[in-house]
Amino acid sequence: MRTRRTVRAGQYAALLAYLLFLVFPLLWLLSTALKSPRELGSLHPDWIPRHPTLANVRQAFDEQPLAQAALNSLLVALGTAVVAVALATPMAYVMARHRGRLARAATGWVVVSQAFPFVLVIIPLFLVLKNLRLIDSLLGLVLVYVVWALPFALWMLTGHVRAVPAELEEAAAVDGAGRLRTLVSVTAPLLAPGIAATALFAFVTAWNEFFFALVLLKSPDRQTLPVVLTHFIGAEGVADLGPLAAAAFLATLPSVAVFALVQRRITGGLVAGAVKS
Amino acid sequence: MRTLAKVLAVLLLLAGCSSPGHRDGGPVTLRFQSLAWQQESVAANKELVREWNAGHPDVKVEYVQGSWDSVHDQLLTSFEGGEAPDVVHDASDDLADFAYGGYLADLTGLLPARLRSDIPPGSWRTATFGHGVYGVPFLQEPRVLIANADLLRAAKVRVPTPRHPWSWAEFREVAKRLSGPGRYGVAWPLKEPVSATLNLSLSAGGRLFHRGADGKVTVRFTEGDAVVPRTVHDQVAVDHSAPASTLGSGGSDTLPGFFAGRYAMVPLGFSYRQQIAQQAPEGFHWQVLPAPAGAEGLTQGVSPQTLSVSADCPHKKEAVAFIDFLLRPENMVRLALGDWMLPTGTQALKDPALHAAGNGWATGTALASRLRPAPAQSVRGYPEWKDKVATPAYQEYYSGAIGLPELRGRLERDGNLVLARYQR
Repeated sequence: MRTRRTVRAGQYAALLAYLLFLVFPLLWLLSTALKSPRELGSLHPDWIPRHPTLANVRQAFDEQPLAQAALNSLLVALGTAVVAVALATPMAYVMARHRGRLARAATGWVVVSQAFPFVLVIIPLFLVLKNLRLIDSLLGLVLVYVVWALPFALWMLTGHVRAVPAELEEAAAVDGAGRLRTLVSVTAPLLAPGIAATALFAFVTAWNEFFFALVLLKSPDRQTLPVVLTHFIGAEGVADLGPLAAAAFLATLPSVAVFALVQRRITGGLVAGAVKS
Repeated sequence: MRTLAKVLAVLLLLAGCSSPGHRDGGPVTLRFQSLAWQQESVAANKELVREWNAGHPDVKVEYVQGSWDSVHDQLLTSFEGGEAPDVVHDASDDLADFAYGGYLADLTGLLPARLRSDIPPGSWRTATFGHGVYGVPFLQEPRVLIANADLLRAAKVRVPTPRHPWSWAEFREVAKRLSGPGRYGVAWPLKEPVSATLNLSLSAGGRLFHRGADGKVTVRFTEGDAVVPRTVHDQVAVDHSAPASTLGSGGSDTLPGFFAGRYAMVPLGFSYRQQIAQQAPEGFHWQVLPAPAGAEGLTQGVSPQTLSVSADCPHKKEAVAFIDFLLRPENMVRLALGDWMLPTGTQALKDPALHAAGNGWATGTALASRLRPAPAQSVRGYPEWKDKVATPAYQEYYSGAIGLPELRGRLERDGNLVLARYQR
């Protein structure tokens, strides 16, 4: 009994240490955001600001259109997540359930398409979007992000569809359910964790992306958060650290909030034991 | 889910309308991409744009905030796609490829006489490529020594002035005297070792890049090129008056150690004074000293900030008129004060605000006449030479991994191979 308690305590301690490791950058950002310039210049920085101030937050909002940028980022990230999932789900289902030569080739292409670096595609992509009159448009950016996120989303979802036993669908068919009914009532609920994880992946990818947004958006009122954050950085990497930390901390919050909302759905083992193997 | 998708689609379509562009028959619209980033500098730029717009209803200027981070890639893509801003803020060492690539307008016949004569020929050379002028150099910063005044006084060393600067040898001696237990005389932040070394080497007569009669450039590492690298190397490896730990750091990273008295001096760009004034602890006394002088005195290289006009801009005359407005002497002073830098304009340099003793303005302004184009300014292939050859070579030399002969060999042998590819 005592051994089990010791093991459990050890497990919790390890978990806590891991949690602190993960949350460290966020806490450091918060601490930096609340410090005055003088405290930021200290050789031995304290975790807790000696004279906490919101001046950096005020300066960040005064200098840059952070609220507008956050709204733009939110629209683009949500748009990307919704469209990527809407496209990837039926495609993943077909690729998982119909394992023909075409499906194998498609899977291979998905993997290969991940290998192209940004710099290789950016100029052709820019010209294509220019012809479509989608430069400096959030819609254009969503299209780019969807294309960028789709291969991995597809790959991810294909794995999740394969994890849903085909026998369950067959059982539903035996019970008289039609194709659509089976998909909606049997497959979709079991696929929900996978869809949530994929949506989260697409959201975070779009939320954090910098280079495409930098190149494709021109108007100040359309820029996204990662682009606006670089306005606190000067030549040779010199940064206005306080406002940058304040803005960066605020920029991480929506991402964390979406993750907190969605993570309850990302639970594995929903179908464990559904069929006898 | 379906409702959310619909709402998003509508919002995105609403937000996705095309850019304003230039309207026929109506007022001309120019897009000015500024890289100003410090609070005062952004404010000065925006204010000047507002003043221009108030006085010129027929030529409207739109302020677009750019960023020094990735400006090259962003501009390159915009130029390629024909969507570049009309007025482009950049630095002269970034212009060569854009100028030779035909992305920037040659301003030779467009510049007003006032502006042409106000900026000295040396500054114009930084933005001259081939026979064309592709930018107006307007702000520059020398590299200076920021020193802990109390430590200088306590060590009883001679304090240098622009009239009587330290020699490189004297600087080395002073750094030794300022060192002590737990303290280094100087900290070299050399995250970008190439531009710092090359620009300071001009003081010792080092040019590194030599243009032959055929117009081709080759790298030749002379004795003048060795003075600055050897000083840094010996301070780190022989005298131990400079820490090795800051060699990979940026300027800002050395400031906490400077404020804590761990480093007595830090060689930094002139604009770092803004951070120092803001972050220095109460009671901390600092002062600006000229960088050491060599055979060529206080000469050093700079790559000024520039304003250019995109080659695709349909209203070049108006764009140049806007640049001329921004760079009127009184406006140039506002921009310089906002960025804590020096203006290139001779009239602006006479402004009393730039000769004040406070925050070292007078010392910096006294150096203005000694600033020359950075050695690699117009050399094609310089960025590749810098990234692939020079940066690792200097870093290894400063850290003690290689000696001076190997540094010379790499810069010349490997460097000339790179440059040759651009000069066929």
